[in-house]
Parts: sequence; C-alpha cells; structure tokens
Amino acid sequence: MNTTAQRTIPAPLRNSENEPYFAAAEEGKLLVGKCSDCSEYHFYPRTICPHCNSDSVEWLPSNGKGVIYSFSTMRRGVPVPYTIAYVTLDEGVSMMTNIVNADPDSLNIGDKVEVVFEPTEDGTPLPMFQPLSG
Amino acid sequence: MTINGKAYVVGAYEHPTRKAPDKSVAQLHAESARGTLLDAGLTKEDIDGYFCATDAPGLGPLSMVDYMGLKVRHVDSTETGGSSYVVHVAHAAQAIAMGKCNVALITLAGRPRSEGSSGTQARNYGAAAPDVAFEFPYGMATANGYAMVARRHMYEFGTTSEQLAWIKVAASQHAQYNEHAILRNVVTVEDVMESPMIADPLRRLDCCVVSDGGGALIVARPEIAKQLKRPLVKILGAGEAPKNQNGGKVDLTTCAAALSGPAAFAEAGVKPSEIQYASIYDSFTITVLMQLEDLGFCKKGEGGKFVADGNLISGSGKLPFNTDGGGLCNNHPANRGGMTKVIEAVRQLRGEAHPKVQVPNCTLALAQGMGGNLGSRHASGTLIMERQ
Repeated sequence: MNTTAQRTIPAPLRNSENEPYFAAAEEGKLLVGKCSDCSEYHFYPRTICPHCNSDSVEWLPSNGKGVIYSFSTMRRGVPVPYTIAYVTLDEGVSMMTNIVNADPDSLNIGDKVEVVFEPTEDGTPLPMFQPLSG
Repeated sequence: MTINGKAYVVGAYEHPTRKAPDKSVAQLHAESARGTLLDAGLTKEDIDGYFCATDAPGLGPLSMVDYMGLKVRHVDSTETGGSSYVVHVAHAAQAIAMGKCNVALITLAGRPRSEGSSGTQARNYGAAAPDVAFEFPYGMATANGYAMVARRHMYEFGTTSEQLAWIKVAASQHAQYNEHAILRNVVTVEDVMESPMIADPLRRLDCCVVSDGGGALIVARPEIAKQLKRPLVKILGAGEAPKNQNGGKVDLTTCAAALSGPAAFAEAGVKPSEIQYASIYDSFTITVLMQLEDLGFCKKGEGGKFVADGNLISGSGKLPFNTDGGGLCNNHPANRGGMTKVIEAVRQLRGEAHPKVQVPNCTLALAQGMGGNLGSRHASGTLIMERQ
C-alpha cells in the first residue's frame, strides 16, 4: 500500500540556510550535520553546531539507513492516511519523516528502513523511508 | 531569592462559554479580565502589571492594555504555548517580589472551535521557524506528535491503551458535575477503546476537546491579598523548562516536567507525596501520564499502573486530578490549557470546587502546564500553591 501516492505533500519552505539540504535531496542525497570540532552529528542540519556551538560544521551524506524510533498513522481528519515517524539513522541522529511503501499495520519500532525520495507539490524531493528490502 | 510566600493568587475566573462565534478574541480577554476582577474584589485601577501570550491579538500586551484601558507599569508576554499561563503566575510572583508591580492580571482567550481548528491539522509555524521545512511537509500535527510519544512509551515500558483510557475515565467522572463541560457523559475504559482511532495509538477519547473561551487570573502582593475577602492562596514555588529534539538525540519518553517539577518542589519545600490535588495538563491522555511520571508522582515507566483503576478520581483515588473535567472533557480554550489548570487548583484550595469533587481540607495543590508538542519541542511550567 503506497499511501503517499495519493497524498499531496506540501513543498518544504526553502531558505538560504537549508538550501544545500534540499539541493542535495534533488541529487538523491540525505544530508546530516557533523561538527568538525566535537565530532557529533546533528539533525536537522544547521550552520552552527547545536551541541558545542562551533561554526565548523559540515553537512555530509547519510548512508540513508536506520531504524524506526517511533511512528503514528493519522487515520482521521485527513484526506489520505499517512505515517509520521522518527527514524534513527545509522549516524546516530533521529529525524522526523514519513514511512512509505509499507502497510502501516505491519510496522514496528526497531524495523530497519532505507531512505527514498518522494516528490512534493513543487517537485522538491523529500527524504522518506521504506522498509529495508532483503 | 525566592517567590515562596511573596505573592498570592487572588482572582481566578473561567469564561463560561465553550463556543463564541459572535465574540472577538479581544472581547473574550476583556470579559475574562472583568470576571477575575469581580472574583477578587478589585477594580481595573488596581492592576499595575499585565501578562499575556500570543493568543492575545495584535501586538500582545500593547494592544490589550490599550483595549482594556489598563494603566500598568509592568508587562510580560512570555510565550511557552499552552503552559504560558502557569509560567505567567510564576513571573508575576517574581515581578511582585522585585517590586515591579503589586497586582498582576493574566488573561487568555481564543476561538479555535469557531475557527475550525483541529489537532489533526499539520502545524505550520511560518517560514522563519527553522524546523518547519523539516517537519511540516511530513504532516506533523498535534495528535500524531503525541501519538509517537505514546507508542514509544508503550514500547519501552509496556504501557497499554487501557491504562491511558483510565485517564479519560477519571476526567469524565469529574466532568459530569460541571455544567459548563463540553463532554459531561461518564465514559468507561471500553468506551475509550471503542472510539475511533485518530493517530494510532491515540483514539478520539484520548484527545482533549476543542473549545472557544478564556480565563484570567490575578496575582497580588501579600499585603493586598490579605485585605481582600477571599480565601488566601499562597504561591510556594514554581519551575519552568523547555525540551526539544536535542539536535537529533531524540528522547520522547521524558518531558520537561522532569526539570520544572524538581525546581518547583525545591522552591516550595514540599514533596510530590504531599500534594492533595493536581491539575495536570491533558491535551491527550499520554500528556498526563508523562507529566505524572516526570513530576515524581510515580517512577518513570510506572505511569500506566499509577493511573489505572481510578487512581485519579476524586473521592476514591490517591491523586485527584482535573476535577473540572480538564481539557479532556471540560474546556481547552485557545487550544491552551494552562490557564484552566491554575483556575481549578485555586478552586480546590479555596474549597470552591463542585462539592462532588472537592478534595476535603485541600491545602496543598499543584498546577502543571505543558506547551508546544511533546513529539518535537515543548515547555513545561509547574506551580505549587498552598491554602493559608
């Protein structure tokens, strides 16, 4: 069941700070923030590290794999049900996302998932996750 | 420096409306202010401090002070979402202790019911909010954010939907006596379990009501409070704290009440076990359970057991909560429940709650607010008050 196929996904509000993140998404890459000083990853990516306040921050491609931290399927009050989730990436940070290409009733916390990019209203691709194949 | 004993809550008024299509938001603020002045036995001229959050229209305190014709020397528009008004009481006590004002008015009002607001709508806080691009497109609403907290709590601690349902059951037991409550029917665990799934694992009856309305409080210097003809409600202590995604180190099973609670109990010099009545913010059933654990009423992970079997019901349970019916059954004006939490705690301390739910000889009460979304970023406000 692909619930996002019928769902209109709002385009993300792009600005000068988050532009590299969405530009990378257009190339099929999911970026996470990594601090060159404290070596900690962070999400969502920022120009100043939220852990140590360093301005030596790189936005690096994630390997795009992780596990479901928590999730919920909105079943009422919306035109098409959809599943929101936090996915904990292999890099150690959790990001808000949607789980797609899956039966919501079959999902569990801890399930392995991989990134997939879904188009939004204006075409900007948004990183979402689907059950890891194989 | 402490606020313990430096200020009293002398006025508390809950607007009786639950649907107000023909009133403006400013009007509901002013009617609430008028109600609390009558309750306290004060006049508009006595007010020299004004507190509001972003539910106040226009330029917040500037617009409202102008509209209501107040002459104040201190304003504060602290915004922590639904917990704002619990925090305002603490800030008013601080301002009084610092000599910045003597009599502080706090107002809240809104019309989300008339305006068609729903907890299933994705929330967009505007392009300038740095998180919006990373959350709004995914459909982050209110209900599914709290639902993710509930599911994680169930995963880590084995909490069940039936245990959460007991929180609604207790609220409904109280709401049956409140003539103004939106939901006055007593419900059972089975009723909650059979209500439609909204954002799993939260069902319709796990959610609070959407209501128009408002409320207002007055906080005053002790010398002034003691001249009034109302029971004395002394502020003992308060705490406030935000919590968020911590740069991606997301932890949904502890909330900011774990920070605001200990601060408030320390300032008040009391323990959770001494609290006789607790107003606990109840946007959803899971909101109550999380705060009860983090305030120390039970151990982390044991909230499900604590709330089960009617433990929150006044007269039979160990910790009577939300005896007005709370946000779950009575009222959640402006989608912000902090104001009504303080008001019902004041009623209990004055002995003015409905006789069927009044805690006998209630001398120590807690009001707990939670603003924002437990699933992303939120702020907690804890207030402890004593009947003198």
